[in-house]
Amino acid sequence: MSIILDHVNHIYEEDTAMAFPALTDINLVIPDGQFIGLIGHTGSGKSTLVQHLNGLLKPTSGAIYYNGADINDEDYNKKELRSKVGLVFQYPEHQLFEIDVFSDVCFGPKNLGLSKKEVELRAYAALKQVGIEDEYFYQSPFDLSGGQKRRVAIAGVLAMKPEVLILDEPTAGLDPKGRDEILDQIAKLREETGMTVILVSHSMEDVAKYVDRIIVMNKSRILYDDEPREVFKHYKELEEVGLAAPQITYIMQALKQKGLSVDTDITTIDEAKNAILSAIRSK
Amino acid sequence: MGIIKTDNLVFEYIRRDEEGNVEGITRAVDEVTLDIKQGDFVAILGHNGSGKSTLAKHINAILYPTEGTVWVDGMDTSDEDKLWDIRQSAGMVFQNPDNQIIGQIVEEDVGFGPENLGVPTKEIWERMEESLKAVGMYEFRKHSPNKLSGGQKQRVSIAGVIAMHPKCIVLDEPTAMLDPNGRKEVIRAVRALNDVENITVVLITHYMEEIIYANKVFVMDGGKVAMEGTPREIFSQVEKLKSLRLDVPQVTLLAHELKKSGLPLPDGILTKEELVTALGL
Repeated sequence: MSIILDHVNHIYEEDTAMAFPALTDINLVIPDGQFIGLIGHTGSGKSTLVQHLNGLLKPTSGAIYYNGADINDEDYNKKELRSKVGLVFQYPEHQLFEIDVFSDVCFGPKNLGLSKKEVELRAYAALKQVGIEDEYFYQSPFDLSGGQKRRVAIAGVLAMKPEVLILDEPTAGLDPKGRDEILDQIAKLREETGMTVILVSHSMEDVAKYVDRIIVMNKSRILYDDEPREVFKHYKELEEVGLAAPQITYIMQALKQKGLSVDTDITTIDEAKNAILSAIRSK
Repeated sequence: MGIIKTDNLVFEYIRRDEEGNVEGITRAVDEVTLDIKQGDFVAILGHNGSGKSTLAKHINAILYPTEGTVWVDGMDTSDEDKLWDIRQSAGMVFQNPDNQIIGQIVEEDVGFGPENLGVPTKEIWERMEESLKAVGMYEFRKHSPNKLSGGQKQRVSIAGVIAMHPKCIVLDEPTAMLDPNGRKEVIRAVRALNDVENITVVLITHYMEEIIYANKVFVMDGGKVAMEGTPREIFSQVEKLKSLRLDVPQVTLLAHELKKSGLPLPDGILTKEELVTALGL
């Protein structure tokens, strides 16, 4: 069971003077249960790519297979696909609209035609999964803090019980604690449910901390597709395409240059701490 | 008196339910007293809902104090006759570049502000040129803003503010929606304005690395100023910042962790160069 992209191209406004390639020859295999970071500068094609995965956009050429079936076949059930591949847009809290938190989360599963009881069970479970306590259930979603609103919006997608969860910059505009809370919860959720998570992010530090595979987009193409450690080895190339390595990687390079024997492909604080301590103690 | 001064600033708003009945009163800014001098680079930190944006909106008279007073360049912001002078003195840049660009081409967008001030045409062109040069966007002056990257759009927004010749510029999370390169471009432009043009900068951000260039940092919590000091003084208090839902730059956190493990390092290391020196390398 997986998502497969086979030579996918997408050209905006094809056959006009404005034609602009947003995806060029994308080939990907996304097995179940992976935690993937999708990075790239603004306009590199990340959002176009994720909108193909749940059929919001159709490729100009090439095919996308979800669990073996071509999602752009005429008789493919797109509605079911969209409940299986949940997409959380940027600033999802702007899409909250119901009178209270609980009704808002019920909206998605209700439209799947489930029984009222099943809808409510799912909404309850989803709100618990994102860490929203009972006391907020009957408050207006608009009275919540920014981080809470965003978690409610994510719960709305989780209540659909997706097999794949795609989040487009879920932490933009949140304070550092709110950022960590949301990403920790998503990581935990993925461990518990085994769902595939695709995280679109501009924060190299977040990506380095959480994901097990990074896909780097540049000018409509895939530039790198590997483990974080391997991808961030190319920090010079990443800088050329508007990205960077996590700050910690640069720190390790500075230390190495000054003669401390540490690995320079370290991407998290914990790894860095241990490496520096052992290098200093063995000196 | 500094360029921006607040004296016991309080801002309260009334929460209403669906039928419009009053449910309660929230105090978003609670007795804040600040004095920011011309040429300062001030950063304001604080978790979501701590009151920092509400405070910022008082600086160019989008909001008025419930209690207390705000002065911008000596003008009381609640003086309605001074509204336009205040907004010209203190320009504001917001988070989403797409919400603040209106021109069909870059130079038109930058000229919009001075045109509304009644600046003579010849001078509008001069201001447009100097502002776009100040943010490094002059070569894009004939481009459509739609085709620019997020960082470029944000720099055009900043140019639009500079063209009004403000003494002070307030930036409310200007980099929240940008990629790493866009963030660097914007921060570089902001620092240049402060260094070269001596424009007072008030920067609100959730990115701790952007703050190390400030000469003063205010940390907001529950509408009050909870911490105040230089970046080094603020970032020396890792645990306190974490309790306020904030963070420190990765290099500061790494140094802090190393110190906890027994290495003799000073608090408040802000750059990798400082860490290298402190480790005696």
